[in-house]
Amino acid sequence: MTSLADVSPEEAGRYPGAAAPARTRRVDAHGVGIAVHEWGDEDAPPLLITHGGADFARTFDVFAPLLAAGGWRVVAWDHRGHGDSDHAALYSWDADLRDAFAVLRSTTDRPVPVLGHSKGGALLMGLAEAVPHRVKALVNLDGLPSRRKLPDVANRERVRLLAGDLEDWLDRRRAAAQADRRPGTIAELAARRARMNPRHDLRWLRYLVTVGARRYRDGWRWKLDPIIRGGGFGPWRPDWALWRMSSLPQPFFGVIGLVPEVMTSGNRPEEVREHLPRGGRLLVLDDVGHFVHIEQPDRIAAEVLDFLGPPS
Amino acid sequence: MSASTHHSTAFLRHGRVRLALHTLRPGGDGGHPLLLLHGLAERTPATPPEFTASWPGPVLGLDFTGHGESDVPVGGGYTAEILMGDVDAALARVGPSTVVGFGLGAWVALLIAGARTRLVRGAVLAEGPGMAGGGTAPTSMAVLGPAEASSEGAAPDPFALVELTHDVRPQDYATSFAHLALQGSEVATPLVVCARWQPPWLQAVVDEPGVVEVDDLAEALALLR
Repeated sequence: MTSLADVSPEEAGRYPGAAAPARTRRVDAHGVGIAVHEWGDEDAPPLLITHGGADFARTFDVFAPLLAAGGWRVVAWDHRGHGDSDHAALYSWDADLRDAFAVLRSTTDRPVPVLGHSKGGALLMGLAEAVPHRVKALVNLDGLPSRRKLPDVANRERVRLLAGDLEDWLDRRRAAAQADRRPGTIAELAARRARMNPRHDLRWLRYLVTVGARRYRDGWRWKLDPIIRGGGFGPWRPDWALWRMSSLPQPFFGVIGLVPEVMTSGNRPEEVREHLPRGGRLLVLDDVGHFVHIEQPDRIAAEVLDFLGPPS
Repeated sequence: MSASTHHSTAFLRHGRVRLALHTLRPGGDGGHPLLLLHGLAERTPATPPEFTASWPGPVLGLDFTGHGESDVPVGGGYTAEILMGDVDAALARVGPSTVVGFGLGAWVALLIAGARTRLVRGAVLAEGPGMAGGGTAPTSMAVLGPAEASSEGAAPDPFALVELTHDVRPQDYATSFAHLALQGSEVATPLVVCARWQPPWLQAVVDEPGVVEVDDLAEALALLR
């Protein structure tokens, strides 16, 4: 079968080891509806997990059941504008952090371990710093900070790059009111996503279409809000997160996938190691890309369960 | 004679937000528009401020997202960059303009002056509410929520008040935008500062060669007519 021949939703919707959440619910985060997905025993101790930018909670359909099998109530959510959560008028780091806290509060009033991939890992480091009494352990899957932002580019050149980024960003904002996702078949959407996720197998990408896209009369469209776009500029500096990380009080486990790909974190292990929280654990994998938990779910789940210890 | 006879309001879209763009005084054939950008929690004044009296073109004012007659979105998520997009939506409607920003509006005026050098015919950075933002470097992380709940979507949005007083405004970020404006603008003095008190980002801008400081707003506008 060629990559563009279409497959039926029934065929695409089956993937070895993938399980739909046992429960779903919605959290009202100051008026924005956040979709929450849970795997495992409802009465088990909760473990909060969250996805990266442009992803969604159902990308954990293989990984989350492995954690649930370890005795955890695994609670994941779709960031605003992602997956089944509401599309919002505005998106920002502060808003994502506030939404995360709303999910945490809706889950338990006791401290919980948390796990995030990529942007989700960075977000949960923010949560662990903002409400340290509510986060009892922290796992970061290839979302560790780095100071790699164009270190070798002269200032003049950086300003020129900024000009291009700004015009591009503003042009897209002008078109945002009319923005819509391009419809396609399951195979077409999977092929498009393969450009961002070149290390995922096609069958997995087709599966993701069935849980991360919606079917309309003219085809499937990803649920991700078309207004959302990563910005190439902002007042933040990547290295600010490094010193934040070193002062985190919780037990900490970071994983870095070293194989470069489109959505790489570009983390440098020696730099991360220098800033690890006291007693923090770092696992560096040279045979895995950015999506460590999707490429090697069994291995990563075993490492995470070992780090967390018996659920409590 | 009354202000309202000359006052009209157009509505524009920026993403999902409807923005109010007020005309305070229509232009004759006197040249390009002057666009006023209010400070934090403020709104466009009902009548043209006195300092605009000798401006030959139309005088307009934009209500930022969550302010004045613009929409108050649900659930916050404000950044200064989004407000820069608000101004860009107004510039797309009215064409090249001189902007005057107060407080938060001054910070946004600097951003848009650097980002759209062909559409901003000079920016005046003036003091007003929300001038300093969250300082030049991050403080400890916090889950930011408004002190009071929004009352039925009324402006100003409490989320704007909390989020736009915590946004970081580093000096080198400010000077990057100043460089873009100074290098890209056809206006002789693209950045004019009129503020007695200057937070660190504005001090850094003032220190850039080519940035002009003046004592009053009418004087600032005289440079940009």
